[in-house]
Amino acid sequence: MTEYEHVDEDVRAITEDSELPQRLREQVYETVDDRGGVTAEQADEIVQAVESRYLDTRVDPLDPVGTVSAQSIGEPGTQMTMNTFHYAGVAEIDVTQGLPRLIELVDARKTPDTPMMTVHLEDEYAVDRERAHEVVWSIEATKILALGDVSTNVADMLVQIDLNEGTLLERWPTIDDVEEIAARIAETIEDALGVETRRTGTVIEFGPSEPSYRELLQLVEELREVVFKGIEDISRVVIRKEQLDDGEEEFVLYTEGSAFGDVLEIEGVDASRTTCNNIHEIYRNLGVEAAREAIINETMDTLEEQGLDDVNVRHLMLVSDIMTNRGTIESIGRHGISGSKESVLARAAFEVTVNHLLDAAIHGERDRLDGVIENVIVGKPVSIGTGDVDLRMGSFSPTQPSD
Amino acid sequence: MSLNTPKEIGGIQFGLMDPETYRDMSATKVITADTYDDDGYPIDMGLMDPRLGVIDPGLECRTCGQHSGSCNGHFGHIELAAPVIHVGFTKLIRRLLRSTCRECGRIALTAEEKAQFQENLQRAIDLDEDENDVLKAAVRQARKASQCPHCGAKQHDIKHEKPTTYYEVQDVLAGDYSERVAEAMQPDPDDSEDEGTSPQALADETGIELDRINDILSAEFRPTTEARKSLEKALGVDLTEEDMNKLMPSDIRDWFEDIPDEDIEVLGIDPGRSRPEWMILTVLPVPPVTARPSITLDNGQRSEDDLTHKLVDIIRINQRFMENREAGAPQLIIEDLWELLQYHVTTFVDNEISGTPPARHRSGRPLKTLSQRLKGKEGRFRGSLSGKRVNFSARTVISPDPTLSLNEVGVPERVAREMTQTLNVTERNLETAQQYVSNGPEGHPGANYVRRPDGRRLKVTEKNCEELATKIEAGWEVNRHLVDGDIVIFNRQPSLHRMSIMAHEVVVMPYKTFRLNTTVCPPYNADFDGDEMNMHALQNEEARAEARVLMRVQEQILSPRFGENIIGAIQDHISGTYLLTHENPRFTETQALDLLRATSVDELPDPDGEEDGKPFWTGRTVFSELLPDDLTLSFTSSTGDAVTIEDGQLVEGTIDEDAVGAFGGEIVDTITKVYSKTRARVFVNEVASLAMRAIMHFGFSLGIDDESIPDEANEMVDEAITNAHERIQELITTYEADELDSLPGRTVDETLEMKIMQTLGKARDSAGEIAEDHFADDNPAVIMARSGARGSMLNLTQMAGCVGQQAVRGERINRGYEDRTLSHYKPNDLSAEAHGFVENSYRGGLTPREFFFHAMGGREGLVDTAVRTSKSGYLQRRLINALSELEAQYDGTVRDTSDTIVQFEYGEDGTSPVKVSSSEEHGIDVDNIVDRVLESEFENETEKERFLGREEPPTNLSEYAGPGLNKAQGTGVQSDD
Repeated sequence: MTEYEHVDEDVRAITEDSELPQRLREQVYETVDDRGGVTAEQADEIVQAVESRYLDTRVDPLDPVGTVSAQSIGEPGTQMTMNTFHYAGVAEIDVTQGLPRLIELVDARKTPDTPMMTVHLEDEYAVDRERAHEVVWSIEATKILALGDVSTNVADMLVQIDLNEGTLLERWPTIDDVEEIAARIAETIEDALGVETRRTGTVIEFGPSEPSYRELLQLVEELREVVFKGIEDISRVVIRKEQLDDGEEEFVLYTEGSAFGDVLEIEGVDASRTTCNNIHEIYRNLGVEAAREAIINETMDTLEEQGLDDVNVRHLMLVSDIMTNRGTIESIGRHGISGSKESVLARAAFEVTVNHLLDAAIHGERDRLDGVIENVIVGKPVSIGTGDVDLRMGSFSPTQPSD
Repeated sequence: MSLNTPKEIGGIQFGLMDPETYRDMSATKVITADTYDDDGYPIDMGLMDPRLGVIDPGLECRTCGQHSGSCNGHFGHIELAAPVIHVGFTKLIRRLLRSTCRECGRIALTAEEKAQFQENLQRAIDLDEDENDVLKAAVRQARKASQCPHCGAKQHDIKHEKPTTYYEVQDVLAGDYSERVAEAMQPDPDDSEDEGTSPQALADETGIELDRINDILSAEFRPTTEARKSLEKALGVDLTEEDMNKLMPSDIRDWFEDIPDEDIEVLGIDPGRSRPEWMILTVLPVPPVTARPSITLDNGQRSEDDLTHKLVDIIRINQRFMENREAGAPQLIIEDLWELLQYHVTTFVDNEISGTPPARHRSGRPLKTLSQRLKGKEGRFRGSLSGKRVNFSARTVISPDPTLSLNEVGVPERVAREMTQTLNVTERNLETAQQYVSNGPEGHPGANYVRRPDGRRLKVTEKNCEELATKIEAGWEVNRHLVDGDIVIFNRQPSLHRMSIMAHEVVVMPYKTFRLNTTVCPPYNADFDGDEMNMHALQNEEARAEARVLMRVQEQILSPRFGENIIGAIQDHISGTYLLTHENPRFTETQALDLLRATSVDELPDPDGEEDGKPFWTGRTVFSELLPDDLTLSFTSSTGDAVTIEDGQLVEGTIDEDAVGAFGGEIVDTITKVYSKTRARVFVNEVASLAMRAIMHFGFSLGIDDESIPDEANEMVDEAITNAHERIQELITTYEADELDSLPGRTVDETLEMKIMQTLGKARDSAGEIAEDHFADDNPAVIMARSGARGSMLNLTQMAGCVGQQAVRGERINRGYEDRTLSHYKPNDLSAEAHGFVENSYRGGLTPREFFFHAMGGREGLVDTAVRTSKSGYLQRRLINALSELEAQYDGTVRDTSDTIVQFEYGEDGTSPVKVSSSEEHGIDVDNIVDRVLESEFENETEKERFLGREEPPTNLSEYAGPGLNKAQGTGVQSDD
């Protein structure tokens, strides 16, 4: 607790006795301190005034916060763009945005349309471009075309790879010997394609076991897909210099494709700040609390991207909380929350009406009419908001018989 | 009058129904397929039997004695000649057949397995997990058993042919077994060493006698199962073929009857409610006539409901079936009829089964049978139960009326005469009530009906109104017309948020449109280009009270989406306040009073100075008259200058969108949160009035000449565009010379496109800048764009400078002909004009080719909007469905209706999104509060008490009530209170 010069015991006692949260109490102390102290009576009045305003800003009990949140996210949906266009910029990754992305998040799709990661680096990796590149090479899937030229020698039935020495040294920064790298590459090819290779310096040659034109072309096709270094799912990594809040600059990697669990293991990656736009990957690697946070961040980013930054986060929190309420990620809709509701009528009223009714009959289900939709259907007041309170008014005295 | 205790539905129990129960509840057995006889009377025991309920007015129900309208109808039944399968349960039937024993009916699980699954099931239910997973696992396990663990009977595989046929698959000896054996005994022609198998060798190997082998080879003896197996083993051949034994519904029913109650529990069936054999129908319930009313066409012909048609089919086939069976028809014919009966019952339940041709009406339209009635948007659940048609509602075109308060709605007299409110007559309002009645249904405000204390309802007519009026006394009810001050609900679709449905106070008006204050357009998202809106008159006191307290427009000024005001000045209001305050013009006394005459301010403050011997008032002073006296505020306006308000005086700055606009105008927002919603309503109303006066004072119009720029500016624009063309040509030359360096991660083609786009974008911007520089500050289009009233600088530069690049799918236009966009260009032309760059301005006019490209871009926008509305509509429906149950509780938690906690504290801190802007943390100005307390400048005790929150200001419920705001008394707001 910070000490204030002009805040005496009385003021403190009065403030601490109020319902104010800590941050408001501190603010009261600070302000009072600025004014050079106040009398107990004044403090009492100040605290009362602040407290009454604070209580005013609390949610009202029985507020239908769910519906309000749903509307607050759904309504701006009409203002979002449908198609996703590329950025005009250079070092950018194409990501799904706007309404399709929002739908994707709420659907809790297993893989997003455009998987992507934001990889933060630690220590010297974050400031040194060379070191940052080391991380890039261990993440980005390196295919043969990036390493050298591939040519097919039809006459000898051979595939020839002419490796580029500079690239090799760049991509394998820990090894100085080009020969060794080339040998490793040759080994990878042998393992992946099941062929014998011959290597002279940085030129690797191989061919089909029996001369076959088709097989030769097939080998080239397969060769193109072989991953020599990095993570297979990540096809492209963009490196960008970004400014931190404290004014310092650091390198941040953006990847096309995601493999969250694998990337967290790589040396130089700051696992505490690295994120991924696949909420299921986050759930698998970091747990449901992180997934909740990821849904909030992703939805907020999607809305902000569309210039709808004024949507209150609390709405997004509520959506995220209900999606993760049972400990796993559930989608919003037929296969998730709406489909697993307790009430038969509520489920029937949403989608696949008939099946829900037939299943209910088999299981001998009983609809207790707790929820909103059920009560609308049977024509009773809903148990939310003003429908959740019972008011009884004694308009007749009990002795007087009513007619 | 008997006192009927109102009943309430406590719950709904689902289950299957026992055929015996059907028969018991049935009002009659239906045996005749005909509906009406020649005289038009329903036939006894026919589908329209009067015991099933009545639809014709005047007739009496033979079961309950009530008339149409009060009789809900009664079920009948058809005794089916043979059992048929209910299509809805085909999957479950298959599951049951596969998992139970064909002999003893017990589930093919051992006692331990059964207990295990039962435990799993219970746990799934307790943990609120999906029970289906457990059930499926149980079936899978039971299906594995080839022998019943209870009676040891052999189990066969069940084949299900959709929709309703089941076969038992058995491996039996193939018909051509002798050929197969003989063939296998022949020597292999490819293998010279193979000499084949002699009958003797075979006999030795299998242990079957030689004679038997010979008999088998000559197909005179069918080998037993063991013999078959040893033969198969010895010869390495398959001697079996699949035999499909069709299971008739009656067989299945017998099978299911044997399943004991405790076994079906493992399969998730509640034995107390549903027996599996009930899934095979032996009796078909006939829905009451009220559920399938026939309609009389104009020519007097009756047209029957789809369900009736289907029932007719069922009865016909049912009868033919019975006749044929009694006549001893061959099995084949019986089976055909059975299948036909099954088809009709299937389509009666569901007419959209895949693999089954839908039953059709004579016209070829597929029939709408039971399932189709429930399903989908227009189905029973979504169309008739979740949403209903209502009385006391009205819909018409809306039009603006700036003289109304934002809490009000102008209601056409014709509408007011139809919508009524119930007035309970007491001694005190007797005269008013009589007046209403004597005005009759045509006069306004009149009455349409009265209700005597005995419950009898009388229609008020022009003829009887005078007479009725004299009879009225306390205890009667009068359904009077809507009058000024009544509360109604007003709505514009699509109802995307809660501000789409708000309560307004009625002002009855002539003509035929609903009238709205223009400041409520943003929450409804309404305009006046032909929009229609709906009105609902409330029918009980509780609803009216809730509407007043919670739903009135002024209660909805703050949007829960972003926590700022959504109601405020729009469009011309903003231009008006801008003109009034931007250059702070001076007004004479007459002018100043004229500006304020639509507000409640009727006295001018001290003049700001004198000019030519006459006092003058500045625009800012005039505006300040509307502000609360002690308002102190400073912010930056959208025009860009600093706005300072001190003690209710606008000291400097321009009042524009950021100050008074809808969507977060600072002043409106502050007044709503710090003062009261009533004060905010008064403020918004008066700002709108003042702004309209101001804009009329200055005059404001926009013509085509306002978008023209001088010739030299045009030349500069042309030059900028020519420059861009040149640069693009350079780019293309480098590209064609293969010298263009690609950007990292992009191909050369992409790089070129990107660079061209950038250059053209810059060209448009510089054209815009040139145009902007040549616009005068008093240009109306500029005023609108700067103040935020309407339009943007981009719109303006497109009108005056250059429209710019047209895009489809985020790229330059590339589609059309092969290698070119239009036949006007050479193939592979990469230039700007060939790919949709519009270098002209809207004012200057587009060339035909530019126009075409512009239309391409425009079309994409239209398609996008159409797709978007349906997608986002569905998203919203799903969100609302998933979250509708959540409610904040007294303890601060958020729970659903079954009390599951979703959040321990709403939004992690319990702050309401309505009362605090989404950009603020808590919105409490501690500094200001401390200042006020220390200065202790309160006019009286009440003000202080209110400031400290010890006392609440009285709730305002009407435009006509409330301290200092009483419209009825004409006092209006005291702006200096």
